[in-house]
Amino acid sequence: MITLRQLTKTYGRGGTAVTVLDRLDFEVPTGRIAAVVGPSGAGKSTLAQCINLLERPTSGSVVVNGEELSGLPEKRLREARRRIGTVFQSSSLLSRRTAAENIALPLEYLGVTPNEARARVAELLDRVGLADKAGHYPFQLSGGQAQRVGIARALALRPSILLADEATSGLDPDTTRSVVGLIRQLRDDLDLTVVFITHEMDTVRQVADTVARLDHGRIVEQGTLVELLTSHESQLGRSLQPRRGHAGPEAGTRTWFVTYDSTVVPGDWIQRVTADLGTAVHLLGASVETVHGVNTGSATLGIGTDDDARVAAALARCGLSGTPDDGPPLGPRASLGSADAVSGGFLAGAGRVRTGTLEDVA
Amino acid sequence: MSAVILPRADVPLADLPALLLPAYGETVTMVGIVMVVVLVVGTPLGVLLHNVAPGGLYERPALHAVLSWIISIGRSLPFLILMAAIVPFTRFITGTNIGIAAAVVPMSLAGIAFFTRIVENALRSVPPSIVQVARAAGGSNLQIMRSAQFSEAIPAVIGGLTIQVIAMIEYSAIAGTIGAGGIGYVAVTYGYQRFDNTVMLATIVILVVTVAVVQIAGDRLVRLTTPQKRLQHT
Ligand SMILES: Nc1ncnc2c1ncn2[C@@H]1O[C@H](COP(=O)(O)OP(=O)(O)OP(=O)(O)O)[C@@H](O)[C@H]1O
Ligand SMILES: [Mg+2]
Repeated sequence: MITLRQLTKTYGRGGTAVTVLDRLDFEVPTGRIAAVVGPSGAGKSTLAQCINLLERPTSGSVVVNGEELSGLPEKRLREARRRIGTVFQSSSLLSRRTAAENIALPLEYLGVTPNEARARVAELLDRVGLADKAGHYPFQLSGGQAQRVGIARALALRPSILLADEATSGLDPDTTRSVVGLIRQLRDDLDLTVVFITHEMDTVRQVADTVARLDHGRIVEQGTLVELLTSHESQLGRSLQPRRGHAGPEAGTRTWFVTYDSTVVPGDWIQRVTADLGTAVHLLGASVETVHGVNTGSATLGIGTDDDARVAAALARCGLSGTPDDGPPLGPRASLGSADAVSGGFLAGAGRVRTGTLEDVA
Repeated sequence: MSAVILPRADVPLADLPALLLPAYGETVTMVGIVMVVVLVVGTPLGVLLHNVAPGGLYERPALHAVLSWIISIGRSLPFLILMAAIVPFTRFITGTNIGIAAAVVPMSLAGIAFFTRIVENALRSVPPSIVQVARAAGGSNLQIMRSAQFSEAIPAVIGGLTIQVIAMIEYSAIAGTIGAGGIGYVAVTYGYQRFDNTVMLATIVILVVTVAVVQIAGDRLVRLTTPQKRLQHT
């Protein structure tokens, strides 16, 4: 269990001070995988570093498994950090150590006997599926294998918390899927509490139980993955939908972007809507998948009527929600860019605070 | 220092070994002693310098500025000037201002300044994420410096060490002019002051071969300590 209360982190002081985390509240229940997303520079890495106290928060509290970490002296912190495993972005293995020696690092620091360490490392290598790569050096490992070594190293001291900051960035989709699968498997087996930071929405849909969006130093929106994916109103939910390009509309039809807005959308909804409206419904693009046992997804439709209210009602009867989409066919899925964020209205009053925050909080 | 009766004419070839071997031994002794001092003092100093810098494990910007400044002074003086300037200090330490003992003091000072920078630079080339990894793994600062920072930097340190040994051989030749002996002393007194071309040529050959051997040994060590280089060329 991780609880952050009014967490503030300010870098620098005086005129150049930048408040990266601004009185942030966040909670991850035990055994849950919480994805944290947000634009570049939002403070995601800073958030992770405040949880394992690699960075000391300026103010606020960090409670991990009931222990308040923010006030601990360095030596006690080192002990606390051993209960938190951290997976870093690729290329954070020591280049002069083999995979096994890299995994042994935390055990060495703790002062575990070489025999015990060897046994534990073998167990961990097995766990991440790299038993045959023990003697390989980092340059001999693929990106996915290196990341698995990183995960094994993070688990060496049997932590209850796993922090992963961009752990799958730079990996190809298949490798990402296998690393994500490993993390979920480990969570199930070891009851880990996981904070998974990424900017890849496809990865979030694969890994997360809950999703939080960080922007300008605050959690501006959060919910369970299914809730978010089945809520058309949620900006975060919509940005989580895989949205690729779609076919162009035919003359006389109006384009709609539709998302599954409930957990009980019937499988034959296109026929139902067509029958309901008594007009052609063209499928221009769609992506539907099962997330945690619930069908979720989105579709782009061409509908041969101008009566928006009737269309919306027909969609609603099938548990769908849509908005007319008159723009040009969408390119690659819009990211959580700032243009998106401004229209969302979540940002009201959440502008980046510069100087003066310290005093305000204290 | 070798006691040789100096002949007027060129040293005959047959007498060259008797002249050069002891001198070579003196050079090796001087450089050897200096390198031990330099490694023992310069390594921790370089690690300290790197870690009191902004972003280091023990950020102390003021201390860093002072240390860095002192080292820069040590590095910026030509060795001949440094040697002359610290004669009183040398005499205080060794009780003499000629001979091997006297040469070792200025050489060590210049060498420490040189090597401290080499270590600092080598550590700087280790990605900061490696230090974060070690901290997150629960390492103490000492453990982090040893097994993450320094260990990762070893090939770079050895590369720098090679340059350092070669520079120290050069310094020993300069120190030879204050009667410290060594191959440089022979080159100056016989080759330069007496126009003895045989000796001059012999010392040049010896120095060139020595430097080449040091360089080859250094390169080999760098290869051995870099898994990627070691394993890909076999
Ligand atoms: N040590 C530091 N000193 C000063 N500013 C910093 C420091 N570390 C981070 N920042 C600033 O804090 C902000 C947030 O950085 P952070 O690395 O947490 O972003 P992020 O959300 O992880 O971004 P990305 O997705 O690009 O990794 C940035 O504006 C960055 O410039
Ligand atoms: Mg980041």
